[in-house]
Formats: sequence, structure tokens, C-alpha cells
Amino acid sequence: MSDTHLDGNSVGGLLLEVFGREMTAAQGRCGACGAVNVFAALVVYRDAPGDVLRCPSCGSVVMVMVSLPGGVRVSFGSLSWMEIREG
Amino acid sequence: MEGTAVQRRLTWLIAEVVDLIEETSRVRSLVLEVTGWEGHKPGQHIDIRLTAPDGYQAQRSYSIATPSDGERITITVELVDDGEVSPYLVEEVRRGDRFEVRGPIGGYFVWEPGEGSPLQLIGGGSGIVPLMAMIRARAAVGTDEPVRLLLSARSTEDLIYRSELGALAIDADGLEVVATLTRSQPPDWSGPSRRVDREMLDETAFPAAGRPMCFVCGPTGFVETVATALVDLGHEPERIKTERFGPTGG
Repeated sequence: MSDTHLDGNSVGGLLLEVFGREMTAAQGRCGACGAVNVFAALVVYRDAPGDVLRCPSCGSVVMVMVSLPGGVRVSFGSLSWMEIREG
Repeated sequence: MEGTAVQRRLTWLIAEVVDLIEETSRVRSLVLEVTGWEGHKPGQHIDIRLTAPDGYQAQRSYSIATPSDGERITITVELVDDGEVSPYLVEEVRRGDRFEVRGPIGGYFVWEPGEGSPLQLIGGGSGIVPLMAMIRARAAVGTDEPVRLLLSARSTEDLIYRSELGALAIDADGLEVVATLTRSQPPDWSGPSRRVDREMLDETAFPAAGRPMCFVCGPTGFVETVATALVDLGHEPERIKTERFGPTGG
């Protein structure tokens, strides 16, 4: 993977906007390869029209967030589940 | 939802610049007073949004460099050549200027004093910033977790917080600081002078057997090299927390 990617920490604010809560420590499972990672560990490309979140294990697109005037569109790729815990 | 107020949990707040600190020739700290700020944890960051007179907006994320202190937060910004936001924050902003911020953001790359485990911090360039919030928090509270900081910079002049770290390493029990200077070294330099690698981590970091919590922050390539080497040295992947920043952060 190129040096242009960041990680899920970089989209913490946008994730908070979308889900209404802190999400970087939440876990998600990639349905393509089965890997479970925290959102902070996802590979993030921010230079596309939106933010593309990829699985660090297999590279599959887990989720895409595109900012729109006054909002955001979220599309889900290989994310098969996510687990959110308090604290 | 009729009749129900929809509460936004992350709102843009107004930050006023109350002080400016020149850290290096390319790095400046901004002390901000943020009305309505509700506190934060070491390691968290904020989003900053600048709006031009024509309505054009640019948004970037910056780590908070200080522990929670009422409505006051400090960020440390490195100049990115050709960046959209950092040239304003490093070269143009003045006391009294205002812009929008939101946060605190992040729950993964976070550490609080009193967790007990040895703390291994590894920073590349301005990757030191969130790690400094942890070091300052520990110094403020006076807990006794042993902490080691391995810091990579191009030269002595590029070492952010150099004098403060030197003083803390003398005063604060259990804080050890190792710097590696990758591009130029003073004549009397006795420390390492190459990029962080497995051998350097083996020599200077806490051994894996002591189960330290490791926090690694820096440019993407730096973070990936360090994290891979730590795993090679036997550190548990779930005890290695990473945060990458890059050219899109300018």
C-alpha cells in the first residue's frame, strides 16, 4: 500500500458525526476475510472524493463516507458487523 | 421524531487563540480558549475548520498536546509546504484570532495516568504531540508508571519540546527520553543517528516481557516500520496502538 494512506484515527470526527458516538475504539469485522479490527486500525484513503476505509488485513473496502453539502453519504462494503461498547 | 429535539453530539465550537509558542522554525504551538469545551484525555485530537470570506472551507485534524485544563487546549502544528491550513496556523495566525474546532475525538489512541503498565512511547517528527499530552498528564498527576520515549527527528533544532523534555527527564521519576537524529547531529552527539529500526527498539525500548503499553505516532511509513518491528520483538499486537498522519494533514 502506498504512503498516502492514513488510519481510522484520522476519520474519528467524521465517524462521530455519522454514528453520534466515539467509534475509533469500536471493533468491526471484515466479511471478505473475517479479520476483526478496531476502526482506528483501518487503512484510510482521504484523497478520493470521499474517505475510503479498507480492511488492513485483506484490503477490501469496508466502508466509504462522502461529504455532501449539509451532510454525508455512507456506503457499506465488506463490514459484516461492528461492536460498540461503553467506556 | 415529531416534537423531539435532535441533539448533535459533536458540534463546532469557537476557539480563540490566546497564546503562541514557537517550538522550532517550522512548528508552532497554539494555546486556544474554547468556549464550551468539556475536557479531554491525553492522545485525543480536534478537527479544525477554517472558513474563507467566500465561504470555502478547509478542515484538518490536530492532536492536543496538553492534558485537560478547563476550556484551554494547546495544539502543536508543523508547517506542511503547500498545505492549505498549516501555513495559516504556523505563520499567520495572531492572538485574538478565532476559528472553529470540534472534539475531543478518539477513544483508541488514548492513555490516562494510573493504568499501571510501563508506557513505551515512540514518535516520529510531530508524532510526538499526542505522546507529549500523555507525558505532561503523567507529570501533572505524579503517577509512577515507568515511561520511555523514543523520539526521531532530523536534527536537534527539529526536536519539538526539547527543553521541556530535558527538564522532565531530570525531574520526573521514571521518565527516560532517547532521541535519534536522522539527518544531522551536533559534534558531541552520542545518541543514535539513524531511522528507528528493530535493533534500536531492542536496545532502547522496554522489553516485551514487561508487557508495556506501546503508543506509536508519526508518518505512515514510520508507524508501520515501528509497529512491525515491535511485533517481531514479541510485543502483543493488542498492546501496540498506532496513529498515522500524512501529507493530507496539511
